[in-house]
Amino acid sequence: MKKIFSVFLALLLVFPLFACGKKEENVVNVYNWGEYIDESIFDDFEEQTGIRVNYKTFASNEMLYSSLKSGGSSYDVIIPSDYMAARMVEENMLLPLDYSQIPNMANLDAQYLNLEYDPQQLYTVPYMWGVTGIIYNTTMVDHPITSWMDLFTTDLTGQVLMFDNPRDCIGIALKALGYSFNTTSEDEITEAANLLIDQKEKGIVQAYVMDQIFDKMINNEAAIGTYYAGDYITMSEENPDLAFCIPSEGANLFVDAMCVPTVCENYDNAMAFINFMCSDDVVLRNCEETGYSTPSATALEQMDEEVSGNPVAYPASDILDNCETYGGLPSSTLSFYDHEWIRICLAKVKVH
Amino acid sequence: MKTKTPAIPYIVWMGIFVVIPLILIVIYAFTNFDGHFTLDNFSNIDVFLQVFGNSLWLALIATVICLLIAYPFAYLLAQEGPVFRKIAMLFIMLPMWMNFLLRTYAWMSILENNGFLNQFLGLFGIGPLHLINTDGAVVLGMVYNFLPFMILPIFSVIDKLDKRYIEAAQDLGANRRETFRRVIFPLSLPGVLSGIMMVFIPSISTFAISKLLGGGMSFLLGDLIEMQFLGAAYNPHLGSAIALMMLALVVIAMLIMNRFGDGEEGAVVM
Amino acid sequence: MKAKSPVLSRIFNALVFVFLYLPIVVLIIFSFNDSKSRTVWSGFSLHWYTELFHDEEILSAFSTTLTVSLLASLIATVLGTAAAIGFFSMRRRPRQLLMTVNNIPMTNADIITGVSLMLLFVFTGNILGFSLGFGTLLVAHITFNIPYVVLAVMPKLRQLDPNLGEAALDLGATPWQAFWKVLMPELRPGIFNGMLIAFTLSIDDFVISYFTAGSEVSTLAMQIYAMTRKRISPEVNALSTILFVTVLVLLIIVNLREVRQQNLKDRQNRALKRDAAR
Repeated sequence: MKKIFSVFLALLLVFPLFACGKKEENVVNVYNWGEYIDESIFDDFEEQTGIRVNYKTFASNEMLYSSLKSGGSSYDVIIPSDYMAARMVEENMLLPLDYSQIPNMANLDAQYLNLEYDPQQLYTVPYMWGVTGIIYNTTMVDHPITSWMDLFTTDLTGQVLMFDNPRDCIGIALKALGYSFNTTSEDEITEAANLLIDQKEKGIVQAYVMDQIFDKMINNEAAIGTYYAGDYITMSEENPDLAFCIPSEGANLFVDAMCVPTVCENYDNAMAFINFMCSDDVVLRNCEETGYSTPSATALEQMDEEVSGNPVAYPASDILDNCETYGGLPSSTLSFYDHEWIRICLAKVKVH
Repeated sequence: MKTKTPAIPYIVWMGIFVVIPLILIVIYAFTNFDGHFTLDNFSNIDVFLQVFGNSLWLALIATVICLLIAYPFAYLLAQEGPVFRKIAMLFIMLPMWMNFLLRTYAWMSILENNGFLNQFLGLFGIGPLHLINTDGAVVLGMVYNFLPFMILPIFSVIDKLDKRYIEAAQDLGANRRETFRRVIFPLSLPGVLSGIMMVFIPSISTFAISKLLGGGMSFLLGDLIEMQFLGAAYNPHLGSAIALMMLALVVIAMLIMNRFGDGEEGAVVM
Repeated sequence: MKAKSPVLSRIFNALVFVFLYLPIVVLIIFSFNDSKSRTVWSGFSLHWYTELFHDEEILSAFSTTLTVSLLASLIATVLGTAAAIGFFSMRRRPRQLLMTVNNIPMTNADIITGVSLMLLFVFTGNILGFSLGFGTLLVAHITFNIPYVVLAVMPKLRQLDPNLGEAALDLGATPWQAFWKVLMPELRPGIFNGMLIAFTLSIDDFVISYFTAGSEVSTLAMQIYAMTRKRISPEVNALSTILFVTVLVLLIIVNLREVRQQNLKDRQNRALKRDAAR
């Protein structure tokens, strides 16, 4: 009898713990890239709607995917890039949006709608767009940088920062070799991975980074790195020696889009938040803070000439035509990417 | 007062939160995304043996360095007065109150190309040395973070040593070196083994330290597992398979420990 | 056993402390830095300390950490003490088996504990309809805390006079009275020690929280880890400095008191002995 009582007691102790994962009434859980929003807008949103923003950040599309797939987390609004949004649609991870609750959609330029990753425009609202490229320190690099191949030469040994995510990192090597970002040829992907492994083994790479690149480039820790154009603009405000180059082989043109995952618990709040994010004032503040480029036509009109005329944020059309977007890849290619990415991670520096 | 009843809640707790999760790891390791039995997760083992070898090697170096620092430290400290000893031990524990990620991050500022160490060496015209984002930096991070866990058990064993053994040895004509080799060291062995476990296992499984100080240039078992669950290559089944292999390593280490100790070494730590 | 050269040995030990405290000194100094930089000193300022008290994210992460650590160590202390008492009255074989299981979370790699608990929580969560959050975080912390409490209480039980409890019962105490009035005072140092270790480990934990906290709550360690992806705000340095100094002061007070009490006791003992000798 006593024993049964204790078992009961133990269970009694356990279960209320789960129950107290209490649902806060008016909240929207937002999961975004790091350094990708002006956080002061959250107060305004709460003031306007009474909805509190619970904000968290991730470092790469793949991390976002993992934390959603692992389960147990509940986000209401997520901001993946185009190719990841496509994969999520494919795997039924997104809810269709109720565009009637997002009237500010009308502000957006039609050229950013109905793109390849969401052809019927059912699941996404574009947030920002931009290009990838090479950021370098003009005091530390003595020749002009024009090509992705410049990242693989030994004269910058120990000075190169590479992307810490498979799609961007392997993509660069693919482009450097003259292939498409969206190739499904395992031979081409292997060749690209081997190029990266060779680069790592020769000690050319200093580190694989995501947002850590801000600190490293601003403090002259590294001479050259690959990252997103908008972030270059933010960095160059603190270190005027930095320069940006869109390599001649062409770079990645990406659109990051707001989506609602199936685990969403506050759908209407999510709609309200997405709508708020498309209002001109908020778009302008976010662009100002992040340096990225907006798909909003109305906001672009109101923007400072100096910003909207910046060729890094809004490159000329012939340069953009040379860029390529990431498309969705078949799952066999995706798992091959994982396999090759692990191989790159495992490579060791062979010199020194 | 002889009653087993009070243990029952914890036994139930252990069953749910210690045993079942480990069983889940085994199940995940031998299934695929469709839930079917498979051995595929172990098919890439050659690739993983490489990372196993690398992690094992770095963890071993870190453990040996910890031992080389901690043993003399504990031995010398044990000869100080009681107040000094107590205060010294408190100061060994105290850093734990500052989050380890933060302290590891501070090492970044010290080791960077433009960091404090290179600035300091620059005053003497040395350098700059390439320190950060190397295996060496990762080992340093391990030694730094886990050194207290080597010092604590060794010190508590040496501190509690029955001084009469030493006196007896000396009375019987043993010199200092012999006394140490034949009396003190064998008696302190449980503490040493406990310390080795407490440094080796966290070292081999860390992922935060290698991320911060290794910058992706040093890839460890912990990174590989984290990557499969919350990182860049989602595959919890593969992750579980690797975790299972690591678990095997832990069990082997535990068995070796049990062989030497009396099975409740953990108590040494207290 | 006298060391050959106490000066040399003290220098060695001092160097170990320099090694352990070097990054902490760096952190504390740069919490007073005027700028955001973590390597370039640009003047003294209390700026980050005032900022800290307006940063809701950091403060809420800190309060989550404190709440979880306090609750987890308290619950673990109750469960662990009870378990130790129960284990102690078992025969050798089952006790050894249970102690082996007890040692698992302690010896096992944190990442395995974290990942395996995450699998359990997500699996049962899908069935019972809960998601990762404060509850799962707390359970995970309790799970890795209990073993330390058990191990801290066990030796005290072993030192106990086995007849003590019987005597109390014989003298008419109820089992509860016997527990509270007789057993408890003997076990108290072990229990307290276990709770302190549990609390400290909970405060410092990152890996297990990282896998079990999910999206809604964040501990300070998780917040710091997220920040390392770009740059840790000096506000965190400020908070850690405050925490560190608080603990340091507490430790000094407690130890001074202990030393003083010890002295007092010694003096009383000596006085008693003197009286007895007369």
